[in-house]
Amino acid sequence: MDIALEQVGYTYAAGTPFQKQALHDVNVRIPSGSYTAIIGHTGSGKSTLLQHLNGLLKPTAGIVRIGDTQVTKETKGKQLKPIRRKVGIVFQFPEHQLFEENVLKDIMFGPLNFGVEEEEAKARALRWIERLGLPEGTAEKSPFDLSGGQMRRVAIAGVLAMEPDVLVLDEPTAGLDPAGRKEIMDLFYELHEQRDMTTILVTHSMEDAARYADHMIVMHDGMDVLQGPPGEVFADAERLAEWRLGVPRTVSFQRLYEEGAGLPPGPPALTEEQLAAYLAADLGKGGGAS
Amino acid sequence: MMEKMVFGRYIPGDSFVHRLDPRSKLIFVFIFIAAVFLANNTVSYALLLAFTLLSILASKVRIGFLIGGLKPVMFLIAFTFLLHIFFTKEGDLLFQLGFLKIYEEGLRQGIYISIRFLVLVLMTSLLTLTTSPISITDGLEVLLNPLKKVKFPVHELALMMSISLRFIPTLMDETDKILKAQLARGSDISSGTMKERIQAVVPLLVPLFVSAFKRAEDLAVAMEVRGYRGGEGRTRYRQLKWDWRDTTALLILLAVIVALWFLRG
Repeated sequence: MDIALEQVGYTYAAGTPFQKQALHDVNVRIPSGSYTAIIGHTGSGKSTLLQHLNGLLKPTAGIVRIGDTQVTKETKGKQLKPIRRKVGIVFQFPEHQLFEENVLKDIMFGPLNFGVEEEEAKARALRWIERLGLPEGTAEKSPFDLSGGQMRRVAIAGVLAMEPDVLVLDEPTAGLDPAGRKEIMDLFYELHEQRDMTTILVTHSMEDAARYADHMIVMHDGMDVLQGPPGEVFADAERLAEWRLGVPRTVSFQRLYEEGAGLPPGPPALTEEQLAAYLAADLGKGGGAS
Repeated sequence: MMEKMVFGRYIPGDSFVHRLDPRSKLIFVFIFIAAVFLANNTVSYALLLAFTLLSILASKVRIGFLIGGLKPVMFLIAFTFLLHIFFTKEGDLLFQLGFLKIYEEGLRQGIYISIRFLVLVLMTSLLTLTTSPISITDGLEVLLNPLKKVKFPVHELALMMSISLRFIPTLMDETDKILKAQLARGSDISSGTMKERIQAVVPLLVPLFVSAFKRAEDLAVAMEVRGYRGGEGRTRYRQLKWDWRDTTALLILLAVIVALWFLRG
């Protein structure tokens, strides 16, 4: 399911002294089946953009196309529910949305709201509890008795159990320990690969964007300033710095190495593996930074 | 969603009203609330309305913004207006449709009560719009200070007030976030039967309470580690200053009250 934003603008609290334009003239296309990372400095409009992806906010100008549904400022609330079934959002600190008496019921909440049968919802919930690596017996526990990391997983399971076509992730690993971070990010990537699920990741981590995404959108001051594959986006560190963004650690290391070795800057190494391969190849040639 | 709320919000600015001492503004509003009940005929109500409009002008708050924020209260005003229209049966009969009868006195009372409501809400909104929550509690604490003699916990009360005021926007943001998260999971508050709608509030309230308690705990710990020991011997960073503006404002109010007294029937 393609998602496209055409000349989208959004103004908060229009007509009051607190009026604030968060997006202007945003033109973005997220192809079906892609893994898109949205990066930008704090206040660049990422979160506002994200809320347009399933009709939580309606644009105050322009059109949002989600599959074959159009959302404009005139769209009625009722028409938005089917979109929300197809586009699941994992918000920042999703554990804040837990409310049921036990984990099983909380995960079933989404599917049941979208008309999935009780039995099927339960089966899905149990499946996702296992898939997210939660210990046995979690289903019957109160979500408030779990540890922070487990609560996060339960909340994520609650969104995944809706089995959306498009998964939107807003800093899904903020505040988790490094091991947990990697586990969860790898799980999302696996789902993306296996189910061809369109994934949209809003993140501050250039490393995550470089490793997982195949398409990137850079936001600055409420506008989309750059779009393209990570290899292109991270090739120009100077331009990113203008938008107060950096490059992944692998790229900064690579640039230092190239400078030391007197090499011209090559295509950026997006993961540690690529960097290692690049270094091995260069050192193997008998060159090296000596 | 709640971004249009005006009541309880503060807009920084620089006007005669903004610069008044919070104490004089509080005294002013309290006396004004009492004075509203003096009015009982067309001239006196007109004076009240005119005075309120003048105060709004002096505060430089945009009238359109204030009116826009009145919408939630409008319902209440309309309701009391209708109540008066239909249930007062005095004076001449103005209009009849089946069993509905509207009397002159009913219409008059309805309009008076509506003006009274409107003026009260506008004036109190003006207080909160032009005074930061911190100054309001500061002012209140000083004004209530004499009550300490009878062991009334003035400082604690002021602290409670400033904490609650401080957390209103935070909790609103939180509500908005949780609401959106549950909407994204297909919860639906704006449609369905009454029962379904009430049930749809649970996924909102439970997380909100959980986070409110957690915040309260965090705040208590943060105050504890910074050595908070209550109001005993505490000095102020912001000193309250009473100047000519404050005296003028209260004198004007006094003049209005005297005028009301003579104009009332």
